[in-house]
Amino acid sequence: MAESKELQAKEKQEVAASAEQTRPGLVFTPEVDIFETDRDITLLADMPGVAADGVSMDLHDGVLTLSGDVKPWEGPEESDVLVEFEIGKYYRQFTLSDAIDQNKIEAKLEDGVLRLILPKAQKAVPRQIPVMAG
Amino acid sequence: MAATRMIGLPAMGLRHPFAEVERMARQMDLLTNTLFGRPEMRLFPSKIFPAINITEDKEKYYVRAELPGIKADEIQMEVTGKNLAISGERKIQSEGENVQYHRKEREDGKFSRVIVLPGEVDADSVDANLVNGLLTVAIAKSAAAKPKQITIK
Repeated sequence: MAESKELQAKEKQEVAASAEQTRPGLVFTPEVDIFETDRDITLLADMPGVAADGVSMDLHDGVLTLSGDVKPWEGPEESDVLVEFEIGKYYRQFTLSDAIDQNKIEAKLEDGVLRLILPKAQKAVPRQIPVMAG
Repeated sequence: MAATRMIGLPAMGLRHPFAEVERMARQMDLLTNTLFGRPEMRLFPSKIFPAINITEDKEKYYVRAELPGIKADEIQMEVTGKNLAISGERKIQSEGENVQYHRKEREDGKFSRVIVLPGEVDADSVDANLVNGLLTVAIAKSAAAKPKQITIK
């Protein structure tokens, strides 16, 4: 493989028109990978600083809502010297085209990355239909 | 009477020509900060990965960076004098041949950054933690960089 590329710093994207917030604070869009196999849809979201108990997910009418709460991590005595990124909640919504088996959704949070496995409901799994030659 | 009024007026002629522009810029900043609820926050976006925040208290400097999906053993750190060097590589594993991507926003690659700390540090007293993709490096200030109370006699 060729030499791997260098990572570029990107500004965190603020949610433009987020759902109405009940608490003040910034809301960011997490970067995601979404891929699909015959059996399931997997979503990976970068949510650094979010603990497992801060993640909430909701699937309703084919819309998946993902949010992650970040607790302030600075001590009370600390004062800012340099600020290059800001802290805030993560929020994003997706529309899913396939029927999802809600009971089998799996979620795992590792190193600030959420991995969500959404298994397709049985009827959405493609079935091979053999065609007989007449 | 006239003299009082003269003193009360701002000394227009004495200020440099761009004073008014600067004043307006300050007011705009204030307005933006008020609108977006970010008082005293001044953001300096970084061109180099990772973006870092530095804070300090009396004893230590704290350097924080968001490094999601990177393991502790994939990050190298070095302290030399006032410099803190952070480098490493983010690897995103292949998910197999038979997957169809709908979105691919997360990126992988190498990174390397040197941060100049605002003061002298004690290189033997560095404490680094990686929790939920957030790196926190606490570096003790050297005796020279710590604030000292001065008693007036």
